[in-house]
Amino acid sequence: MKFKLTLIILFLNFSLLYGTEKTVDQNIIYKNLRCLVCQGQSIADSNSDFAQTIKLVVKNLIKDGNTEAEIYLFMADKYGEWIVFKPQLNQHNFILWSLPYLILLIGGLIIYSFFRKSSQK
Amino acid sequence: MQKTIKILILITFFFILGVFFIGLNKNNNYSTSSLIGKKIPPVNLEYFEGNKFYKEDDLKKNNFTLINFWASWCAPCRAEHPLLVKLSKEKNLTLLGVNFKDKKKQADIFLNDFGNPYDFLAKDEQGKNSVIFGIYGIPESILINKDLIILKKFVGPLSSEDFNSIVEIIN
Repeated sequence: MKFKLTLIILFLNFSLLYGTEKTVDQNIIYKNLRCLVCQGQSIADSNSDFAQTIKLVVKNLIKDGNTEAEIYLFMADKYGEWIVFKPQLNQHNFILWSLPYLILLIGGLIIYSFFRKSSQK
Repeated sequence: MQKTIKILILITFFFILGVFFIGLNKNNNYSTSSLIGKKIPPVNLEYFEGNKFYKEDDLKKNNFTLINFWASWCAPCRAEHPLLVKLSKEKNLTLLGVNFKDKKKQADIFLNDFGNPYDFLAKDEQGKNSVIFGIYGIPESILINKDLIILKKFVGPLSSEDFNSIVEIIN
């Protein structure tokens, strides 16, 4: 019984994992694409002509089987990195991406040395 | 220890100040300069009349092609139209007009009233094909050569300076 239950759980987990991999949520993509003719709005928030066209193109790209990353690449290729709110990691924004981890590391080291010194006293 | 913390705080402060200084002085306006020098994407533009499509081979026949995205409802398109009519007289240049999200009847009236400068006329009823060219508003024009390389991209209506630079490039 236990073995069967484990198998069912495993099957459900795998199917869920497979399902999430396959589904591309167009709303997430809309939210991560900048409306180039608006003031700080995403495609999702805007009703401009440009936003409507981009939404149509995104829908078509999803229909053609493109992944979320491929759609961002397509848009960045046509309009530059500026169109994506969360740009991909590259040599130009390497510092921006690594800085939070660096600060976390330095902060941790400071706290560690502070507690070490106070315990020595 | 306290000295190190003070130094770190100072470094962080100046770093943030530097980031703001550079960030606020940087021009964040959208630019299409990154497309210059690149080859245009595969062309599949529907004829303005009929169910045929313009392909890359149609553009390879011309020494230089100016792809102009326009619509009858677009006021700046009217402003640049006389320059397009002037450009249509240039022998080394072919004009491909892409009628963008427009009604055929209105587009016909526009061309009758202001003249038709285009050698080829295509339509993009939903604007989806224009996205492939990195168009985000009209009018926009793309100057390409025989090898389909983008030589220049004009965002907004063509100006007299743009006209002169096109004439200079094609001659």
